[in-house]
Amino acid sequence: MANLSKEETQALIQEVLEVYPEKAKEDRAKHLSINDQAADTKCVTSNRKSLPGVMTIRGCAYAGSKGVVWGPIKDMIHISHGPVGCGQYSRAGRRNYYVGTTGVNSFGTMNFTSDFQEKDIVFGGDKKLSKLLSEVETLFPLHRGVSVQSECPIGLIGDDIEAVSKASSQEMGKPVIPVRCEGFRGVSQSLGHHIANDAIRDHVFEREGAAETVEPGPYDVAILGDYNIGGDAWSSRILLEEMGLRVVSQWSGDGTIAEMEHTPKVKLNLLHCYRSMNYISRHMEEKYGIPWVEYNFFGPTKVAESLRKIASYFDDSIKEGAERVIAKYQTMMDEVIAKYKPRLEGKKVMLYVGGLRPRHVIGAYEDLGMEVVGTGYEFGHNDDYERTTKDMGNATLIYDDVTGFEFEEFVKRVKPDLIGSGVKEKYIFQKMGVPFRQMHSWDYSGPYHGYDGFAIFAKDMDMTLNNPCWKNMTPPWKASAEEEQQAVA
Amino acid sequence: MANIIISKAEDGGLTFYMPKKDLEVKVISLEFEAADKWGGELKLASGQSYYIDPMAAPSLPKSLRARRLD
Repeated sequence: MANLSKEETQALIQEVLEVYPEKAKEDRAKHLSINDQAADTKCVTSNRKSLPGVMTIRGCAYAGSKGVVWGPIKDMIHISHGPVGCGQYSRAGRRNYYVGTTGVNSFGTMNFTSDFQEKDIVFGGDKKLSKLLSEVETLFPLHRGVSVQSECPIGLIGDDIEAVSKASSQEMGKPVIPVRCEGFRGVSQSLGHHIANDAIRDHVFEREGAAETVEPGPYDVAILGDYNIGGDAWSSRILLEEMGLRVVSQWSGDGTIAEMEHTPKVKLNLLHCYRSMNYISRHMEEKYGIPWVEYNFFGPTKVAESLRKIASYFDDSIKEGAERVIAKYQTMMDEVIAKYKPRLEGKKVMLYVGGLRPRHVIGAYEDLGMEVVGTGYEFGHNDDYERTTKDMGNATLIYDDVTGFEFEEFVKRVKPDLIGSGVKEKYIFQKMGVPFRQMHSWDYSGPYHGYDGFAIFAKDMDMTLNNPCWKNMTPPWKASAEEEQQAVA
Repeated sequence: MANIIISKAEDGGLTFYMPKKDLEVKVISLEFEAADKWGGELKLASGQSYYIDPMAAPSLPKSLRARRLD
């Protein structure tokens, strides 16, 4: 493992940029930088259109809206309005767990699509949508609402999904929410989050005919931006409940539309994924006067810090509750760290994820004695990078919207012991012989949030890093060359 | 003219947020900060400056219309 100095890192960035044409080099240079905790003004450029011709790892606005924000709301039907592919390839891949009977009162892992054909593009798909909506009502009478997630052609041909939704909503007496999240909007999935947040603001809050749900209490909180990947929201929720808070809604992992409608009555919004739900938090802060607080439930240090931060918004009984929870899990955490730290200490990690993880999981790795030597966001904005600077060590790499080529080159030179990124990167790096964890879907494991999650996190990292298979990684062509040499000798 | 939101930052200062550009920046200085006259020129940490019509000090966060000065 090479420990690069600031100059060496700078040289590495220059070297990687060398292969690009002049214009592309200039553009990409702005997205790569070295972390410097002292300088807080200059940041990498982010949230810009990806370069044509490079392999980007980003998604689209539809992915941000249907896949991230709306999709996990389990008692609504989310129609992928347009050709069949977008819905099918994004179906159930994100592992947002939920309780309920799929196909009866929950629809999380199902794919509903209007399956556009050529004639729908030519003559418009409004009639098809309205027919589809009435079919949905007949086949799945227990659904609590529908959201119409537009795919690219809807915006291109100019269908009026708002009018159809309004008419159908009146007909069936349930909310039908049009979401204008066509994939071509914006530069990444980030705009999709924003559009989805705006749709919730416009169509869910203060909806006419919304049922009065629960009586508001003094300790009501909402979990925002936790998508319950592998059960994350559940392992977070128990900690909050143990300290005396009442979690009345979860956005949107294992969430329902009733929970969303109730959120404007809570006392505090707890925001986990800042990137995808800060919009609605800001709206609720302004309109309903609900403060919001960012928290981080990865690793015992950050969990304790966050529990105290959350408790500071409430009275002493909650503050005592927070201390009680921290003390209760301390022994368990000490055991986990005692077991795994010796096996993982000093290992270097490179991350490239989206949303909140490039900075949030740093604390969890540090608890295990590991060091994060490079991080970057697929679709982060300036404010994400500002928040990252203080969590990262000096002279570490920061890369925004990294291209496939850059990422590979960085890994070859920095030689991390572990990479955390998505499925598109997984097999490249595993073939290069570098241990890899998918940090989007927890590599089919999880939950990683909270104290219980940390135990699983530590076990998974150990399992990946210390797996004996990495010793047998010589590719066949190299292996045969070695054998030949031995034969000659 | 652009829609912006001014809110209180954790450190007690002000934060400037522009939803259209998803831009969150710290406010370095505000021309008028009195209770009856609040607003004027806003200087941002990013180097830009905006102008909001002076008004009675609002309760923050607040959506406002701002004009770019540079």
